[in-house]
Amino acid sequence: MSLSIASTSSSSIIKSSHFNESSSSSLSPSKPLNLRFCGLRREAFGFTSLKQCSNRISLSSRFHSKTKISASLSDNGTTPKSFDYDLVIIGAGVGGHGAALHAVEKGLKTAIIEGDVVGGTCVNRGCVPSKALLAVSGRMRELQSEHHLKALGLQVSAAGYDRQGVADHANNLASKIRSNLTNSMKALGVDILTGVGTILGPQKVKYWKAGSPGTTITAKDIIIATGSVPFVPKGIEVDGKTVITSDHALKLEFVPDWIVIVGSGYIGLEFSDVYTALGSEVTFVEALDQLMPGFDPEISKLAQRVLINPRKIDYHTGVFASKITPAKNGKPVTIELIDAKTKEPKDTLEVDAALIATGRAPFTKDLGLENINVVTQRGFVPVDERMRVIDADGKLVPHIYCIGDANGKMMLAHAASAQGISVVEQVTGRDHVVNHLSIPAACFTHPEISMVGLTEPQAREKAEKEGFEISVAKTSFKANTKALAENEGEGLAKLIYRPDNGEILGVHIFGLHAADLIHEASNAIALGTRIQDIKFAVHAHPTLSEVLDELFKAAKVGALVSSSVHEPVAA
Amino acid sequence: MASSTILFRVPNTYTYTALSFSSSVSNAIPCRSFRLPISNRRRIFTVQSKIREIFMPALSSTMTEGKIVSWIKSEGDVLSKGESVVVVESDKADMDVETFYDGILAAIVVGDGETAPVGAPIGLLAESEAEIAEAKAKASSSSSSPAAPPPAQAAEPVVVSSSPPPPPSPPASDGPRKIVATPHAKKLAKQQKIDINSVVGTGPFGRITPEDVEKKAGIAPKPKAVPSPAAATAAPSAAAKPAAAPLPEIPGASVVPFTTMQAAVSKNMVESLSVPTFRVGYPVTTDALDKLFEKVKPKGVTMTALLAKAAAMALVQHPVVNATCKDGKSFTYNSNINIAVAVAINGGLITPVLQDADKLDLYLLSQKWKELVEKARAKQLQPHEYNSGTFTLSNLGMFGVDRFDAILPPGQGAIMAVGASKPTVLTGADGFFTVKRKMLVNVTADHRIIYGADLAAFLQTFANVIENPDSLTL
Repeated sequence: MSLSIASTSSSSIIKSSHFNESSSSSLSPSKPLNLRFCGLRREAFGFTSLKQCSNRISLSSRFHSKTKISASLSDNGTTPKSFDYDLVIIGAGVGGHGAALHAVEKGLKTAIIEGDVVGGTCVNRGCVPSKALLAVSGRMRELQSEHHLKALGLQVSAAGYDRQGVADHANNLASKIRSNLTNSMKALGVDILTGVGTILGPQKVKYWKAGSPGTTITAKDIIIATGSVPFVPKGIEVDGKTVITSDHALKLEFVPDWIVIVGSGYIGLEFSDVYTALGSEVTFVEALDQLMPGFDPEISKLAQRVLINPRKIDYHTGVFASKITPAKNGKPVTIELIDAKTKEPKDTLEVDAALIATGRAPFTKDLGLENINVVTQRGFVPVDERMRVIDADGKLVPHIYCIGDANGKMMLAHAASAQGISVVEQVTGRDHVVNHLSIPAACFTHPEISMVGLTEPQAREKAEKEGFEISVAKTSFKANTKALAENEGEGLAKLIYRPDNGEILGVHIFGLHAADLIHEASNAIALGTRIQDIKFAVHAHPTLSEVLDELFKAAKVGALVSSSVHEPVAA
Repeated sequence: MASSTILFRVPNTYTYTALSFSSSVSNAIPCRSFRLPISNRRRIFTVQSKIREIFMPALSSTMTEGKIVSWIKSEGDVLSKGESVVVVESDKADMDVETFYDGILAAIVVGDGETAPVGAPIGLLAESEAEIAEAKAKASSSSSSPAAPPPAQAAEPVVVSSSPPPPPSPPASDGPRKIVATPHAKKLAKQQKIDINSVVGTGPFGRITPEDVEKKAGIAPKPKAVPSPAAATAAPSAAAKPAAAPLPEIPGASVVPFTTMQAAVSKNMVESLSVPTFRVGYPVTTDALDKLFEKVKPKGVTMTALLAKAAAMALVQHPVVNATCKDGKSFTYNSNINIAVAVAINGGLITPVLQDADKLDLYLLSQKWKELVEKARAKQLQPHEYNSGTFTLSNLGMFGVDRFDAILPPGQGAIMAVGASKPTVLTGADGFFTVKRKMLVNVTADHRIIYGADLAAFLQTFANVIENPDSLTL
């Protein structure tokens, strides 16, 4: 049986459709299983259940005649002889890891190929070490804010830091998370294959190291999860010392007196928070006319007032850094700016360092996409909404999926993981599409910024196109007891919604612990909860979560809309 | 007159209070306009049509006054219609206030953090540069209006250089040089209303640093909140030092924690270790001084006042001894001579300060000293009365101590330790022996700014004043 059969079955049922057309023709149809039970295998076909899952396995009585569960084997399942693995994942970043764990839970024999270090960008050169630096910068900021401390009645003598100590903290955190990730996969029996993964054909992958021919393995399904690398525009010479990317900056090898940050997105903004707290002055170079272009305009305006203007930061907007030369021969780093529209030279900056935070480029080198007739688009692997890879002729490539930064749908670690889980759901027979509008994003400045769903301009555009009304509700952290107790009343939460049916279109938060607060909204969007229902949910007092409570209560949903409880979606 | 009213628009952008269920929050109308009523009260000054008042807007029906959270624009900024100019905090929330007119923000009447009643002018908008001066004049005259007085825009200079060292001459070679200033330097210059082009950059590659701007503005640079690499490297080395073996405990010992004052003394003393100090001693004969003291004692003059006055008079001639080294890179010349005098009080040590000791006469100084000591005993000294010293005097002569060595308090360049005056056999220049009262003074100084010759010259002057004390009573 094929995937298409499985996908038409009801959502709570899967068919054990682990075989391709040819092999399944010889099989008798399997009976449906309840999705919540994992790891079922038919012994007749050489399947064994996963030990890890065996305690969760139960069968409806009608299976007993045909199935047998064996918990004696600790292997993570075996496949018909035609395949070495059920699933091979290329890239052990957060996306690949999430997919691998879910695949094991689903009883797939899984391997993950990693040519660099387990954990990928997020764990080694991204979200994880940057959180360590931001934890330091947040505390430094508090200790340096005389005004703030005084208001709390605290007296602290001059705060100081040890650069190497801070750098070590970031590095130690990355190592710890990396080993946690590695161990979690090893413990579950995921085979970690070291080398570069190259696709040789639809179900064939080679992993190899420079100078050796490598090993070829076969897999029923393949997930590409190769991630991304920092994008460096042309004209910029990165020397890793004075002109750096986030990869280098996270090592915190030095704290320059004055650093230019090219790009004012998440990465640039977070680093500006770190550098200014550690005593640097920062100049932003942003190609668009406004700083923080990815955020809801109102949020970015407020964020600019809090995160940029009072700090030792200035900026140039509407300009490209056309040429950046590292410091050498006693000369400073020079940055040539040109007008983003007219391309005319605008200015030259002379600073101590430059951080290139212009975004990230997909990493698909040596992936062997040509072997499956796939051509990247702006570097990204083209996929459909189910992460199925599309070839140069616009056709789906069977058994190959691409998740995470490499497909560019939403370049966030947790989005990659969600996509990976979705793919595993599909290959184990249950149709699943990730709702990217329910995936939250956060920027860990002090205070934090978080968001889910549409920005107000996006929502207005959609509303106009589809002919519905939208409304906006806002609440302030100023009215929140917990925020005031922390003396951190600066902040705003904003809800964009449909007044006619109470649908949440987007939520944006700027304020203390915004990144932790967003999940109430993202879960509501994911589960389809409407405002008229969630507004009756109770929040502990006094907590920051009451900011969202007030937000939902401030929304005005049409009187005709009746409260309805939605069926939770089976997971 | 109608043209002097400014329409303000409060965009629907800002932090509405959570508890308000106001429909204006959730409705889809993007903006609400706040039209400010033309004030009926008589204007304090005649407003020309070219200068417009910016009023405190009424942002809610219950608002009677508003606090300026911050001016987004600074004086002299060109404003265009629809731009946010100022953030106002009402009783409920912060809101951006936008201008409906193009112009130049000529004057800020109510500064950041201050409060003004609804309808009161908070700033002036000039149509063209020509009106700015006029507007400014009006702004200052309007400060007597009910609105809060204009803020001291520049932070009070903590210490102003009396004789600043000549600025390093700019590199004259390469003609008109491009001005490079760091982001913070630019912001500071704007705050302090200093033309950045007039500041000489001393930073790396000749760039203008915040310190350069502060120097230009006459602000004593704040100790950098963030440690220099030196401090950063000091930390691990301190940590690396093996912890001293715990001292053996002597039975019966009791541990008494420091009082706040004692803790402060301890901290200051440890801090002093980071300053390279040296000492110079000098003998001073005091026969003339003692004679004078006998005369003025009935008038309430104390020996402390006499010594402080003498030191102050000597310092006038040697400003470097009254200077401070704050950052290890520069001299900070203090314009006032404030003599701190160490006093032991109730198990503590405090240094009441005789401010402007060079300017006050001996009798006033004595009076002042009496007050300070009484206040110190009553623990009522205000911070400026014990931490504004520029030079410290410590006298243990009354105990018969002949000479001692003082520790330099942080933030000062020198401290003088005065011993007892004792009859001593001296050989005069003519070879005759005489018995005179001799006192040994010993000055500890920061060698980063005060050198041996400086101290010697200062001490010579000081000895001269003491030995010819008539000038003290002038």
